[in-house]
Amino acid sequence: MDGHGTAIGRLKPLAVHPYAAAGLVPAVFFLLFYFYPLSGIIIKSFFGEGHMDLSFLDQVFSSRRMGKIIWFTFWQAGVSALLTLLAALPCAFVFSHYRFRGKKVLRTLASVPFVLPAVVVAAAFQACFGKAPVMGITIEHPLVLIFMAHVFYNFSVMFRIITGFWTTLQGRMTEAAAMLGAGPFNRFFHISLPLLKPAIWASFALVFIFCFSSFGIILILGGPGYATIEAEIYRQAAHLFNLPVAAFLSLLQILFTLVLMWGYTNFTKRATRFVPEGENQHLKTPKTLWEKAVVCGAGLFIVLLCVVPLAALAGKSLVHEGQFSLVFYRELFRNASDSVFFIPPFHAVRWSLTFAAGALVIAVVTGVCAALFIRHCETRFQSRWATLFDPLFMLPLSTSAVTLGFGIIITLDKPPLNLRTSLWLIPIAHALVGFPFVVRSVLPALRSIPDQMGDAAAMLGASPFRVFRHIDLPLMAKGLVAGAVFAFTISLGEFGATIFTARPSTPTIPVAIYRFLGQPGAMNYGQAMAISTLLMGVTVLGYVLIENIRKENTEGF
Amino acid sequence: MNFKWISVLLLAAVLMCGGCAGDEPQHEKAGSETAAEQAAAASGKPAVLTIMTHDSFSVSKPVLAAFESAIGARVTILKSGDAGEALNKAILSRNNPLADIFYGVDNTFLSRALKTDVFVPYAPKGLENVGPALRLDPENRLIPVDYGDVCLNYDIAWFKDNNLAPPAMLEDLVKPAYKGLTVVQNPATSSPGLAFLLATVSRFGEDGYLGYWRDLKTNEVLVKNGWKEAYWGEFTAASEGSRPIVVSYASSPAAEVLFADPTPAEAPTGVVIGHGAAFRQVEFAGILAGGKQTVLAKKAMDFLLSRTFQEDIPLQMFVFPVNIMAALPEVFEVHARITKEPSTLDPERISRRRDTWIREWTDTVLQ
Repeated sequence: MDGHGTAIGRLKPLAVHPYAAAGLVPAVFFLLFYFYPLSGIIIKSFFGEGHMDLSFLDQVFSSRRMGKIIWFTFWQAGVSALLTLLAALPCAFVFSHYRFRGKKVLRTLASVPFVLPAVVVAAAFQACFGKAPVMGITIEHPLVLIFMAHVFYNFSVMFRIITGFWTTLQGRMTEAAAMLGAGPFNRFFHISLPLLKPAIWASFALVFIFCFSSFGIILILGGPGYATIEAEIYRQAAHLFNLPVAAFLSLLQILFTLVLMWGYTNFTKRATRFVPEGENQHLKTPKTLWEKAVVCGAGLFIVLLCVVPLAALAGKSLVHEGQFSLVFYRELFRNASDSVFFIPPFHAVRWSLTFAAGALVIAVVTGVCAALFIRHCETRFQSRWATLFDPLFMLPLSTSAVTLGFGIIITLDKPPLNLRTSLWLIPIAHALVGFPFVVRSVLPALRSIPDQMGDAAAMLGASPFRVFRHIDLPLMAKGLVAGAVFAFTISLGEFGATIFTARPSTPTIPVAIYRFLGQPGAMNYGQAMAISTLLMGVTVLGYVLIENIRKENTEGF
Repeated sequence: MNFKWISVLLLAAVLMCGGCAGDEPQHEKAGSETAAEQAAAASGKPAVLTIMTHDSFSVSKPVLAAFESAIGARVTILKSGDAGEALNKAILSRNNPLADIFYGVDNTFLSRALKTDVFVPYAPKGLENVGPALRLDPENRLIPVDYGDVCLNYDIAWFKDNNLAPPAMLEDLVKPAYKGLTVVQNPATSSPGLAFLLATVSRFGEDGYLGYWRDLKTNEVLVKNGWKEAYWGEFTAASEGSRPIVVSYASSPAAEVLFADPTPAEAPTGVVIGHGAAFRQVEFAGILAGGKQTVLAKKAMDFLLSRTFQEDIPLQMFVFPVNIMAALPEVFEVHARITKEPSTLDPERISRRRDTWIREWTDTVLQ
């Protein structure tokens, strides 16, 4: 399909649109690395003894504890997502309307928390809030810690997705409304909010499902009184060796996600569409006192929420016996016990970056293909297929890593797909979790592009590839960068590390952090803080790189 | 424009991934290449022995080199998650084993591991140097390789500052003077947590242990899910926490000395090991059924019990060697305590009752 044929010549005989064919990429990826291992472990768990034994269901349904766990999983996810939205929406407003100094720095720093292991976040909170009660609430309360951590982690997800979307939609319509006498309140609730719905719901769904399958935070910050389905699956599978219950709970979790996503997909389909405008045209410099106050408020909030705990952590890595010292950083380079498993810091940085880059590429390619495919289905087949595929693509986000990891052991164990101990499994597994983020970040932008635009271009002789390159890609660039940042971050933070059978030669930074925290001793703790600080630095570096690619990308658009 | 940058990104990633695929064997070679290369030269292809283990496993570079020359093959170590997770992975992969040897089944998992028939019997050389109390599998499918005592650790400075005598036995923790001082781990999610629960079962019996825990709850014991959260988050000697008593290992004070700069003369923490307060965790290794290197695996088991490997254990994993001929490093001699009469329970009984104990404990302490 070259771009030079006539429109008529191409419109009719085209059997498979490239966007439809693009669906094959995520389909193959999913079948091989997700459905195949998952079905393998589920079948083995249920039919391990040759016949199906459902006696374990008694254990699940007769236990009050299990009911409590399921209820808590939903409840905490809902509250966490809502709190995150409350925090992110005002900040997104400021960032999508105003131009001010330090904006980029703040946006970058807001995404750093995502990469930190939960145990390090616990240390960060402890370092800045201490143990004393703040405004009558002890920060120590597990629920307070869980919600704080969830907002801390997921703030950037909502913030980025909503800001990206809001930037493209504000302008003429709100201005017109203002001209007609609508107050800021009216403009927000009657114009901005309805138009923002796709982005709000997309990010809300992501954060909800993310908290729904929260594991480390619940286990570490929540303590023994609280368990999500995900945490219970891990306990059943890894500690009680109760695979049938673990597999059943995994299925339950998947089912819940499917229902949630199906509802979400149907809901967003009815959302308002709009014509996107060029970005950056409407950014204002804050002038009035009120505007300045709003901008300062948002900036201060992000500093308090994200920067202060991170800075406290970095501070801990620089203080030894009450004095400023670089001893923990120096010590990072010394293999004190001459262990084979000593991880030189640059080694860890290199591996972390390699895997993150690999995961980013896999997630972006499969994610964009999936988004194009879904969008194509929506426009050509009246959404019938899209309502099926869209929820499906969200599943890895809420699938228990330990279940999937066990599945990989028993299915991907023969050549050509002997991935059990392969290095390739690491970026693939990371990409599996990063992929839904790419889809969710790209789809709202793609959906907002009117069909007529592509049709017009095609009519004028543009090939589908040219339509992709000159219309779809630039319009979804912002979402794409957000998705890429998430995919990169997820990989750096080693989400779902229990998926791996073994990783002999791949010391990433989180692996190093856990190695240090595994044994007592003040030096170990200090070094864990030092390498956590290093992880934050690497993350920021990665963001700057990714964002700069976009800058080149969209200039001139 | 767009495509240019995406292709640049793609290219970079492919190169990086290509680079990592090329680097793959690098670490495996890290120990010593000589042995592997000799074997390769002799047989035409390098023999590799694979050991599957948990994340806490460690070995020093010279000892790994000695290992490789002792067995005449390269040694690859697969870390596969925490102890329970790693064992489960070994069991799941029994039809197509990932490794030749599994290192790190502890006595709380022993019976369950043996029931699955994934280990084949072999009595390695040097087994006679291992105390009979540790040899819990009469058929020698799983051989003891190291042990550690889970016990209470306390912050020496805190007790001095507060003019309070440190606890001497489990019974002390329920006294009013020790109210709100202790942090323990959830036995359902933590291996030292489970060991400590077993210590109380051993000390107070099945009839009495829940009563003890009820008193402990009244005395405001704090429960965390894992060792890291308890030690690094709540223990006064290691964090900004408020609990001067924590469940850890009898060797933890030695680690506190070794990993401190400057090295202190005295450990900042003490241990409570008398009167059955410490529970002995024994770790076992065994040859996996269906592994490819059956001859090498036997040689490797011999090496695991040799003095060379056994003397490396303390400073690498902070547990004790099982070989009575193995000398302890100085920091262990001075700062780590060996429990004379540790609590133990029959592995078969643990296997049968553990779920019940954990459930009863959960109902008593967490409700």
